[in-house]
Amino acid sequence: MGKVIVVTSGKGGVGKTTSTAALGAALAQNGEKVVVVDFDVGLRNLDLVMGAERRVVYDLVNVIQGEAKLTQALIRDKRVETLYLLPASQTRDKENLTPEGVEQVIASLKSAFDWVICDSPAGIERGATLAMRHADVAIVVTNPEVSSVRDSDRIIGLLDSKTLKAENGEAMEKHLLLTRYDASRAERGDMLKVDDVLEILSIPLLGIIPESTDVLRASNVGAPVTLADGRSAPAMAYFEAARRLKGEVLPVTIPGEKRGFFSKVFGRKAA
Amino acid sequence: MNLFRLFSRPQSAPAARERLQVLLAHDRASTGDSDLVTKLRDEILRAISKHMQVDSEKVSVKLERGVQVSTLVVDVEIPFDAARKAA
Repeated sequence: MGKVIVVTSGKGGVGKTTSTAALGAALAQNGEKVVVVDFDVGLRNLDLVMGAERRVVYDLVNVIQGEAKLTQALIRDKRVETLYLLPASQTRDKENLTPEGVEQVIASLKSAFDWVICDSPAGIERGATLAMRHADVAIVVTNPEVSSVRDSDRIIGLLDSKTLKAENGEAMEKHLLLTRYDASRAERGDMLKVDDVLEILSIPLLGIIPESTDVLRASNVGAPVTLADGRSAPAMAYFEAARRLKGEVLPVTIPGEKRGFFSKVFGRKAA
Repeated sequence: MNLFRLFSRPQSAPAARERLQVLLAHDRASTGDSDLVTKLRDEILRAISKHMQVDSEKVSVKLERGVQVSTLVVDVEIPFDAARKAA
């Protein structure tokens, strides 16, 4: 049985889709069988970030409505054999996401994959609550910025009350993924530091993804950042986060904090 | 001049941290709060009506939040006869 992960945040634009693609790819690049599922019905983007936008035929809503089989809707990645995408519908109404339908799809995916990674839409409405409902583990994506931290706190509250696990009286495993972190701005005192965010949200840290042009570059070409440039700082941070997700205990390094002479001269981040 | 401003500008992250801590203490406490106040109101009303007749419209329960402590304000208007009946 695979593990179901929800990537969520409350606030939009913090990096849920980027992180879903990168973590999914990172796990698959290490041989795990992974499916990334887009729950953002009406505003799908995971297909675009994964570079599969032209290969979408059927989607999650088609499967739920019984118009297509799950195997017909799954898109296999062209670069990594064990990586699959289940796209969201772009045109259908999000009311078509039924709790029973989602439950069935998740159950089938769980039996076929090691990891089922659900990319939640922003907000706390139907799509977001359904994306988190069946999760075993939640990844809360947060930017070091007041509105993102506040929304993450709200989402943590929902994870602890509105999920199946919570309703069964079990504890939901939650991890913080701090994205768009700029160590030099934090050092200058103009950005919340890692410890500030950790203290406020008090959930364990999965990783710190540095602010980087590599992320935009990867999405421009339609590749998860771990595939576009595996040696870039954000890719390495995602690889480490993926290993932690598998249960490995790794010390968290703060990317870009110690900038050596060469990196300063050439303007690239050291980590 | 610009360089001077850069160095003389106070840090903003501590303010962010402090504001968040105060805000979230409130946010967390108020989740499911409307429920709590309604429940309190019902139970208080029930307890009082065992001993005297009161108009449910004349009972107000408010929760006022302060930084350090919150205050629960219960305001019950008791009609003159009801109080006499109970005595």
